[in-house]
Amino acid sequence: MRSNPRDYQLVAPGTLHAVLSLLAEAPGKWLPIAGGTDLMVLYGAGKLAARNLVSIWSLPELRGIEVLPDQVRIGAGCTYAELREHPVIAREFPLLARAASWTGGTANQNRGTIGGNIVNASPAADSLPALLVYEAELILVSVRGERRVPYLGFHTGYKTTQLAGDELLRAVCLARQFSECLHHTRKVGARSAQAIAKVAIAALGGVAGGRVQEVRIALASVAPVPLRLFETERAVKGKSIDKCLLAAARRATVSEIRPIDDIRSTARYRSAVSSNLVEEFLRRLSAGAPI
Amino acid sequence: MSNSHEISGRREFCFTVNGERKTVPAYPMERLLDVLRHQLRLTGTKEGCGEGECGSCAVLMDGILVNSCLVPLLQAQNANILTIEGLAGAGLHNLQQAFLHCGGTQCGICTPGMILAALYLLKKNPFPTIEDIREGLSGSLCRCTGYMQIFEAVEEAARRQTSDEV
Ligand SMILES: Cc1cc2nc3c(=O)[nH]c(=O)nc-3n(C[C@H](O)[C@H](O)[C@H](O)COP(=O)(O)OP(=O)(O)OC[C@H]3O[C@@H](n4cnc5c(N)ncnc54)[C@H](O)[C@@H]3O)c2cc1C
Repeated sequence: MRSNPRDYQLVAPGTLHAVLSLLAEAPGKWLPIAGGTDLMVLYGAGKLAARNLVSIWSLPELRGIEVLPDQVRIGAGCTYAELREHPVIAREFPLLARAASWTGGTANQNRGTIGGNIVNASPAADSLPALLVYEAELILVSVRGERRVPYLGFHTGYKTTQLAGDELLRAVCLARQFSECLHHTRKVGARSAQAIAKVAIAALGGVAGGRVQEVRIALASVAPVPLRLFETERAVKGKSIDKCLLAAARRATVSEIRPIDDIRSTARYRSAVSSNLVEEFLRRLSAGAPI
Repeated sequence: MSNSHEISGRREFCFTVNGERKTVPAYPMERLLDVLRHQLRLTGTKEGCGEGECGSCAVLMDGILVNSCLVPLLQAQNANILTIEGLAGAGLHNLQQAFLHCGGTQCGICTPGMILAALYLLKKNPFPTIEDIREGLSGSLCRCTGYMQIFEAVEEAARRQTSDEV
């Protein structure tokens, strides 16, 4: 059954300060809505439990991509269209630009925000493996001030986060230190547009002197949260990529993921595809990635 | 928690639709789609899935393509909306003619959204490749045509648009 608009309150205070003050008055009472591409789907299906919403769409303080000498600061309100079109994101953070280009069709990319993807906290979300690989830092803000937290660990469980009831996600910071690496990503879904991932990989790495120097691998849709594969990384770091290492990497991958059966796929399929995706990345890396 | 069910009443919202200033009484969480169709009787904008997957309800809002089923009216306050009804001038728009000419329409449900998605694409990219067209329209689903005639129509419209401008 569709929701009845009479049962919902939606306000748009218009400035960050006014939104934060409203959140602080009764932490947990107001749910922020940005582009609405997750929340309005729930609303349309009569499943949006929150009744009091505060619009943060187009709040100027959450917009824009700021390029600093050592990092890029992406406003939480940045849309996928803005992300994929930004020259520095496209050049230095191609995993994020690619993920943005995969997130639904044009209309969805014009409304969906990076902040919404992070806080919505789906394990299948497309931009989150990239943020794990780039070791993003988040800036959270409330009337109490700002705090910075590593993105790794922000998701505390299935669809839960460290965000407090009076806080907004303000920005995502990425260190500009990966231009020498090979960036690799692939999404496996039913269709290339408008499909949620059955499994997706984002990874980067570099080889020097025949050995893996730098390696970071993350997968979507294989655990309750987007997952960084630390065990697999440990298994390959410092080694040369040969048949034996590929087999070890596959074993490590399968043992550290926790896939489930759901409407989009099965645990068995996800395990097989995950280890294939990791192997494919390592093969590309050994085929001559720059350091 | 006594006021957790506070209800915001109906109030007036103003925005521009197809060049005309409109004021409508509505609730802030009403979907832009419903206001266009039911209050303004602009039924060219269709509802397909109601969850952003099919693109039948696409309109331009301040120049960008959005699915109107996912826009709460409050976020359209003071916006400039273009629906399919606003496209034709004295004669059909270039894209509409191309859809007619190439057989890009069968049952017609997806057509308004397809045309607005194509309009947005051509505005951003006047010389699209076939891949650009496929990607630009990938958020619009058609269950009749098999897409080929639609892609041809957009190619034809792009050609005509650029030759007209020369
Ligand atoms: C047709 C369609 C296709 C899609 N395809 C994909 C896909 O391929 N891959 C994918 O990953 N996702 C996909 N999505 C999901 C969605 O588009 C993304 O998750 C998007 O990033 C959500 O952003 P939003 O601004 O629209 O979020 P909203 O719906 O506005 O909000 C989502 C959640 O985030 C919270 N929130 C938003 N911004 C902030 C903030 N700054 N601070 C605190 N909380 C905040 C809200 O309170 C809410 O809980 C799809 C959605 C649709 C409708």
